[in-house]
Formats: sequence, structure tokens, C-alpha cells
Amino acid sequence: MSAEQATADKGFESASGNLGRRLATSLLSTGTIFLLLFVLLAWIAVLNPSFLEPGPFLAYLKRAAPLVMLAAGAYFVLVSGNFDLSVGSLVTVVVVVSARLIDGDPSKTWPVIALVLAIGAAVGLFNGVVSTILRVPSFITTLGTLLMLEGAVFLWSGGAPTGALAENYREIGRKGIEGFPVLDELPWSVLLLVVVGVAAALLMRSDFGRQLIATGDNDRAARLSGVRVDQVRILAFVLSGVLAAVAGILLGGFAGVSAQVGQGLEFDAITAAVLGGVVLGGGRGSVVAAMAGALTLEALFTWLNLQGISGALEDTVQGVIIIAAVAFAAYRLRGAR
Amino acid sequence: MKVADPTGSETPEGGGPVTRQPGRVAGWRVGVLASPAAPVFAALVAVFLIAWLVVELRGGTFLTVPNIVNMLQRSVALGIVSAGQTVVILLGSLDLSVAQLISLTSLIGSTTMDGSSANVVPAVGLVLAVGAGVGLANGLIITKLRVNAFIATLGMALILKGLIDNQWDGPAGRVPDSFESLGYTRFGVIPVSVFLLIAVVLAIYLMLRYTRFGYRIYAVGGDEDVSKLSGLRTHRTIIAAHVVCSLTAAITGLFLASRLGSGTPTVGPDGGYDLESIAAVVLGGTALMGGRGGVLGTLGGVFILAVLDNTFNQLEVNSFLKDVVRGVIIIAAVAVYARRQGVRP
Repeated sequence: MSAEQATADKGFESASGNLGRRLATSLLSTGTIFLLLFVLLAWIAVLNPSFLEPGPFLAYLKRAAPLVMLAAGAYFVLVSGNFDLSVGSLVTVVVVVSARLIDGDPSKTWPVIALVLAIGAAVGLFNGVVSTILRVPSFITTLGTLLMLEGAVFLWSGGAPTGALAENYREIGRKGIEGFPVLDELPWSVLLLVVVGVAAALLMRSDFGRQLIATGDNDRAARLSGVRVDQVRILAFVLSGVLAAVAGILLGGFAGVSAQVGQGLEFDAITAAVLGGVVLGGGRGSVVAAMAGALTLEALFTWLNLQGISGALEDTVQGVIIIAAVAFAAYRLRGAR
Repeated sequence: MKVADPTGSETPEGGGPVTRQPGRVAGWRVGVLASPAAPVFAALVAVFLIAWLVVELRGGTFLTVPNIVNMLQRSVALGIVSAGQTVVILLGSLDLSVAQLISLTSLIGSTTMDGSSANVVPAVGLVLAVGAGVGLANGLIITKLRVNAFIATLGMALILKGLIDNQWDGPAGRVPDSFESLGYTRFGVIPVSVFLLIAVVLAIYLMLRYTRFGYRIYAVGGDEDVSKLSGLRTHRTIIAAHVVCSLTAAITGLFLASRLGSGTPTVGPDGGYDLESIAAVVLGGTALMGGRGGVLGTLGGVFILAVLDNTFNQLEVNSFLKDVVRGVIIIAAVAVYARRQGVRP
């Protein structure tokens, strides 16, 4: 994959340049997604002028929150040079396990939330250890985890989700802080989205973040310069697992309990990250842009709805736009060289 | 470099894949045993023997002609599409659009035939043309637009899914009896469809082993930049390989249409042919990064999955537990390969 190689080289070059040049390159490479997001939001606002009012706009952010979490998780794994295909089934596991264990009893909500977060971390740890220490390509590891998780959760629950989520569990995905100035209500999921976004951005500026990017760019060079490559990669998988669990908690409240709740989310998350300029193969991209990619994808769904494109052709348009956006980003990258 | 030796499979006089340091090759690991496909078939034999033992102990029948033929027949669809998937994975690419393409071609094939034998030839031609067209589009998007293969073929899968859902909402068309016989006729005890699988695998084997195109695939998969600097037209190779892969998906679509009697919108995704075919290829010892492996190993991988499937069915294992065990086996097998290969270059 020469394109990746070339961009990886470029990333290395710009990192050694001065601050101004670095800023310019990062804006050039990630600016596309913010432009696209802005255009889409403006277009939606033209079609539906009330969209930019606090209520509908917060509803949009609330809808987008789970995908943004997943995109941030996907970013950590992708930028370290791996894939995580297991997040969709992990979301399903979280929702089904929560519903069965809580079974409508509000007092069990917090212990169960702690449990599903632990499950997310454990799955991430497993993915990470198998992919690094056992040297199985992460594509295959996480594909195997996907099969195992889906099989295991339905084996345990007997084929169909049972039980129900308690009201206080569902509120995390649906409700918010009442009486917030200007906005009326600040949804918990939006608050969580901002917290995760800031935390992720700070994390990528820490030693860990730089080591992660160095690992994805060239793991040999990173190892020789003293980065504990395997540990860094395992931690990236754990972050992805935990964020998938958070997304599952939000989706459980927002969308309800079903066996299909996580279906295809792993591809949506990777698509969002790639839309945000993350290069598959690692070493390039910013986490904020990846999260903006998720917002763009959700805006795209909203736009398709407003355009009245029938449900079936929606997939086709989505496919065309994703290919076009990534092609455009590739073109921009070449132009900026 | 690994570029030099694409002899993916049996090399009677070969001293083992070039990637391995000569000194590290054990004395007995020469000839057929040195081929990358050898451990796959060793694993197949082991899985087969264990399955045989377990099934017989539980009072089932395993080593009977009908059961073996049944396993072979159930390998056909996955085997054909995995053979094509091998070609693109060897190249360092992959194709996630095959499952939707299988659905689309099964629908186009059966609706064009519409129950009349006279339409079989045009329908087959049309389906192959659609397959080639999709492969060409994939290849062009990957090479000319420089979109990563993962995203390009994922996008293509969405595009095809939308087209299918827009046009059809259930099984459609009907294949004539003459075409349906492809799925059911037998020569002696061997079903015709098994010969179809053998023909496709053989064609791809010969292509990889004896043609320039085959050598170029290994070269590009080994290192695309080096191939380009050595004067290979890498773009053409990538595009052609994607056309081959999509053609095998189209053939699988036709086969499934003949087997089911009509086209179905969900036949591809329900069979999980996209990820399952990649799993079979990797189970068959082909490196996901490209440049190393071969189609015979893939065939071994497909057979391993078929033997497991058959055993689980005979033991009446819960279908969810089946998924769990399959996941464990795929990871474990690839972990063993990774160990054998030593430190990656």
C-alpha cells in the first residue's frame, strides 16, 4: 500500500518540522472533515431551519454520541496500526447483559454498569494480548472475538434478549440535566461526549499519545527508541473496549434492547475515523478529526432522511459519499505534498 | 525478497520459502513439507481425525461416503469465493464487497433466466459481466482514487446493498431445471458442483503459479513500492486481481441461485461470505499483509471450516456455541502460524 507508506513518511517529516509548519500540515490533512461537517450541517439547516435551534441540535448530538465514542475507540486502535472489528458485537453484549442482569431493578444499575465497563476492558485486553504477544493479525483476532462474543451472549441468554433495563439506566442515554440555562436540558450523553472528547485530545498530547502514533508509524523505530510497543497497543485495545461499552450503555438507553443493536457498528466506527483522515495502517490522524468524522456520518444520515431518499438507496448514497470523501482526502494529501 | 518465490505450494525441489533464513529450515522440512500449505493440510488431517473420533464415540457416522460428499458440497460456495479472495489478499488488498455481490449476482442470474433454459447463456454472460464490472470499479477506486481497499470495498458493499434493497425485497426469479441441475446432479457419487470448485481453484492455482500475472501478484503483495520501481505496472495488477476476485463471487452467486432455485437478497450476507472468506484465506496460511501464501492452503482452510461445521451439526451443538468455538479455532490457528513464521521481517 504505497499511499499509506507515502503518507506515513510525510507524517514523520512534519513531526520534525517547526510548530507553524506542523499546524499548517495538520490543518491541511484534517481540515477536510470540518469543512464537510460544516457544509452538511449548513445544508441540513437550509432544508430544516429549526435544526440549529438548541433542542433539535442537541437531539442530533445525542443521536451521534454513541458513534462518536466508537470512533474515538477506533481511532486509538487504528492509529497504532491495528483494527478492532469486535466493537459492534461488544455493544450488543453490553446491552443484552445489562438488560438480563438488571431486569428492571433500578438498584442494580450501577453495579451492572461497572460490570459491563469491566467486560469492555477485558475484551480489549484479550484482543490486545492476542494481537501483540501471540502476533495474530488484529483483523483476525477481533474477527474471532466478534464470533465468540456474539455466540457467547446468545448462548447465555438463550437466543433472544430477555429482561429489561431500569429507568435510571435508560436515562443516561435519553435524559439530561434539567433546567440548564439557554438549552433547557443538557443531555448526559452530550456531556459525556464532551468529556470523552477533551480527555481523548489530552491523552493524545500526553506521552502515551505520542508513543501510540510513533508505534503506528513505525513500530520498529518506536521500539528501538524505547517505546514499550506491545503495552501501548494493548492499552489502545482496552480503550477501544471501554469506549464501546460506554457506547453500548448509551445505545441501550437510547435505542432499547435488541439483538441487532450493535450490528455493523464496527464498520461505521472505522468509516467515521477514516472520514476524519485517519490512515488505516497507523501513524496518522487526529482523534478530534476522527470524532468529527462520526458527527459527519450522523449528519449524513440526517441529511439523507431530509432529502427523502428512500431507505434502500440510502446505503448506496452513503457508500458513494464515503468513497468520494476518502478519495478527496487522498487527493488533498497528494496536493499538499 | 519474498518476491522471488511465488511457488505458493508444492515445490518438489524447492528449499522452502525464501523468507525463512536457510539455516532455520529443519532438515525434514523440505520438499512438499516445506510448502506453506503443508501445515494447513496437517491441521486439516488432525481436525478430521479428531472429528471422526468424537463423532464415532458419540454414536454418529462420520467416515461414510454420503457424509464426506456432504462436507465437500457444503464447501463449494465458500471455497469458490475464498479462492478469489486469496488473490486479492496475496496482493495486500482485500474485498469486503463479495457477500453483497453474491446476492446481487444470484438475483440478476435468476431473474434473467426466468425459468427458461434458453436464457441460461445470456444470464451467465450478464452475471459475469456485472462481476467483472464491480471488480473493475473496486480496482479503479483503490488505484486511481487511492482509497484504502478496506474502505473502497466496504463502500462498494453499501452501494450494492442499496441497489439490491431498492430493487428486490424477497426471493426473485426462477432458474430453469437444466440450470438447477448444476447444484444437484452427480457424477457417480461426486456432485457436479465439486468439479466447479476444483475447476476454479485449479484455474487460480495455475494462474498464480505459472503466469506472469501470478508472479506480479506476489511481487506487488511483497512490496508495492519496490514492484513499481522495478517497472511493474502495479495498478493494472491490482485492478486485474480485483476483477478475478469479483468474478469468483459472481460464480458463487450463480451456484447459490442454482442450489436454491432462485435469487435471494440476503443469501450473501447471511452466509457471512465476506468475513468468512477472509477467515478461510488466513486459516489457509496466507499472510493478511500479502505476498505469501497460496490458493491450495485456502482450500485446506475451507475444508477445516466444513469439517468443523459438519461435526458440530452431528453433535447437535448449539449454534451459538458453534460461533464461539469457531472464533477460538480461527484465533488459535493463526497464533500457531504466527509462531512458526518467527519474527516478521
